[in-house]
Amino acid sequence: MKQFTSNPFYKFILFPIGQILVFALGASLVLSLFTVLLAYIFRAGITGFDLVERVLLILPQVVINGLTIGFVYSTIALGYTMVYGVLEFINFSHSEIFMVGGIVGVELMAYFDHTGALQTMNQYVIIALAILLGMVISGSLAVTVERVAYRPLRGAPRLVPLISAIGMSFFLQDAVRLILSLTTGEFNVILPNFGTFDEFLVVAVPGIATPLRFQIKSILLVGVTVLMLVGLNYLVNGTKIGKAIRAVAQDRPSASLMGINVNMIISITFLIGGALGGAAGVLFALKATKLDPFVGFFPGLKAFTAAVLGGIGNLTGALLGGLILGLLESFSASYLSTFTNGAFGAEYKDILAFAILILVLILRPSGLLGQTVGQKA
Amino acid sequence: MNKRLLALLSVLVLASMVLAACGTPAATEAPVATDAPAATDAPATEPATEAPVSMGTIKIATQSPLSGGQSLLGVAIKQGAELALEQLGGDLAAMGYDVQLAPYDDQATPDVGVANAKNIVADSEILCGVGHLNSGVMIPSSEEYHTAGLAFVSPANTNPVVTTRGYLEVNRVVGRDDVQAPAAEEYAFSTLGAKSVYIIHDKTAYGQGVAEFFRAAAEEDGIEIAAFEGTEETANFDAIVAPLVAANPDVVFFAGIYNQAGVFFKQAREAGYEGTFLGTDGMDSSDLADLAGDALTTGGGMAYTTVAGPASAYPSAAQFVEDYTAKFGAAPEAYAAQGYDSMGVCLAAIKAAAEAAGGTPTRTQVAEAIRALSYEGLTSTISFDDIGDLPVAKYFIIKVNATSKDTWGSNEIIASFDLPSPGK
Repeated sequence: MKQFTSNPFYKFILFPIGQILVFALGASLVLSLFTVLLAYIFRAGITGFDLVERVLLILPQVVINGLTIGFVYSTIALGYTMVYGVLEFINFSHSEIFMVGGIVGVELMAYFDHTGALQTMNQYVIIALAILLGMVISGSLAVTVERVAYRPLRGAPRLVPLISAIGMSFFLQDAVRLILSLTTGEFNVILPNFGTFDEFLVVAVPGIATPLRFQIKSILLVGVTVLMLVGLNYLVNGTKIGKAIRAVAQDRPSASLMGINVNMIISITFLIGGALGGAAGVLFALKATKLDPFVGFFPGLKAFTAAVLGGIGNLTGALLGGLILGLLESFSASYLSTFTNGAFGAEYKDILAFAILILVLILRPSGLLGQTVGQKA
Repeated sequence: MNKRLLALLSVLVLASMVLAACGTPAATEAPVATDAPAATDAPATEPATEAPVSMGTIKIATQSPLSGGQSLLGVAIKQGAELALEQLGGDLAAMGYDVQLAPYDDQATPDVGVANAKNIVADSEILCGVGHLNSGVMIPSSEEYHTAGLAFVSPANTNPVVTTRGYLEVNRVVGRDDVQAPAAEEYAFSTLGAKSVYIIHDKTAYGQGVAEFFRAAAEEDGIEIAAFEGTEETANFDAIVAPLVAANPDVVFFAGIYNQAGVFFKQAREAGYEGTFLGTDGMDSSDLADLAGDALTTGGGMAYTTVAGPASAYPSAAQFVEDYTAKFGAAPEAYAAQGYDSMGVCLAAIKAAAEAAGGTPTRTQVAEAIRALSYEGLTSTISFDDIGDLPVAKYFIIKVNATSKDTWGSNEIIASFDLPSPGK
């Protein structure tokens, strides 16, 4: 067994993918069963249609939607949780790093559209280029933000860098708005139409009346995020840099004494977190088709919540938290209206999702996978 | 350390230069504001016999979203007003007034609108205003105008509350939602034969108001209301689309503005919804076609009601379209002609009030002159009832044939009605 677990193929590819699969399927299954159970209990109270049947009809689609947005949250949440791991502070400007990535990606595609390359080049090459550019710009922006707004405050009380981060977040929003609206006064960026991403892969499953419909871009989104998560897992657990990051996270002064360049490692952490956020931004843009400079706020806030739910500072926790939050949101938005007979619509989705969150955190204050640790600072 | 200080200083200098550059328009405006009151006081004592005698400055404000997601319509209002001032301002100029435009950007946000309104009413040279685009911004802002007695003519606000408060200062040159939404419902029920409808609104005063009027009319006709939901989402509509596709209603009625609706229509169509999208005047922008693309013409297509038809629908607007295109380099969007007419109303009322008062009129005199006016505008002969509504307003139903911004002009007017205002 020892032989098997130390096998790099198992450790860096099979295990993380298996973990993601277990989390995704497990969370979907638990929530689906719970919803169906609720529908079964309440079905007598609702007349006019069969509640269970109504719930089952859209269940597969709701799960797919929830997982899609859940993976986006997970990828953003990793940025929050990594920074928290090494610096123990919440980088609130991360939602703007995410937004910048998305806008850069869309602008690149708009540029290709302008030159005409969009219709001639392979669509996956275009997406790959957009994601890469988004990662590079967002990663460097995150490093710059750390250098300018956080490093000078390294020794200050904990609330000071937090406020600096909030300020940075506002600054970035309006800076992007200014840049985008310089020429036209219009700061919406619209994804140009190209390729076959809008099409669906229809899978008929025996026993289910409506076939499952997977949108190509949702599959792409999930595929790319899983790839990045596996890559991150390797980077953190399998390389020297990862070892150094973990060492800094555990004990910064000792890591410094061991010859680790702490400032460098912190910059690298921001680079990785920012690059992940940028890639998530491009993927989100592909799904949302329209972005503006303020689009990062809600996904960012939710990803932060996901990081806390999973146990902040814990990478696996961020993944699990993001998936659960995405699913919770999708379930509550799609079913609230059905269950309350139209009294509460999709607009109350966040209230329900966050109420469940509070319950979880009351029972497990350190998050689902977080350990209770004493304050370090 | 010294080096760092130097770097910091140079950054600060650079920043102040950038700020100064941005601030230029404000700087040029300021001197006008300071020396103008003296100018208005002095010549007003002498009778205005000769044209060149300076009577001082009169400003007419516009407030509409000039930046942001709805700026296309907001800019159209401002540009329409600008063109009107240029073409129709001659009478007042001949009387010796220097008439200026004071454009404000409300960013489609109530807070910003109210803050601007406070600035507008504080500027004593502003005698009349044109605005806003959004009812949700107009309603709180007009409380400021009402307190200050400053008349505003709205080119676009359709929520009934805008005028039903009965303020002397608030007028509009367009119809109302409590007529428009039932007209949309009538179209869904009679022409499309809809049996079920899914209502979504944007939680603003305008959107929710329209949605509720639509729902009331639909219930009366016995159309099944599959859902009635509000959402502020602008990017990812998955959670709303999934139950929508499952319910598969004949018509989806979206009460809101094009920048949100376009994304929603696209995602709903992608997810497999094949019915008809229906909207109201908030959809009337060529940007909708860019956002939604094919979604507007595939399946059951898309139609909207509006209080502001395309300029081609108004016989007397042909010259306006030509002039507007020549001046601004693009065909007028919806509400540009209404912006033009609102400005025309302001100018005519100020002129009438100035003639009656024998000098620069007060704000109240202008507000009263607006109500007494019968003005031959581009869109209709404009006169106002005792709450500031048009006694009879035009409504259109338009079917969208465009799939991109450039083809927006190919949309087809299916029907147009003249319907009386429901009053207070």
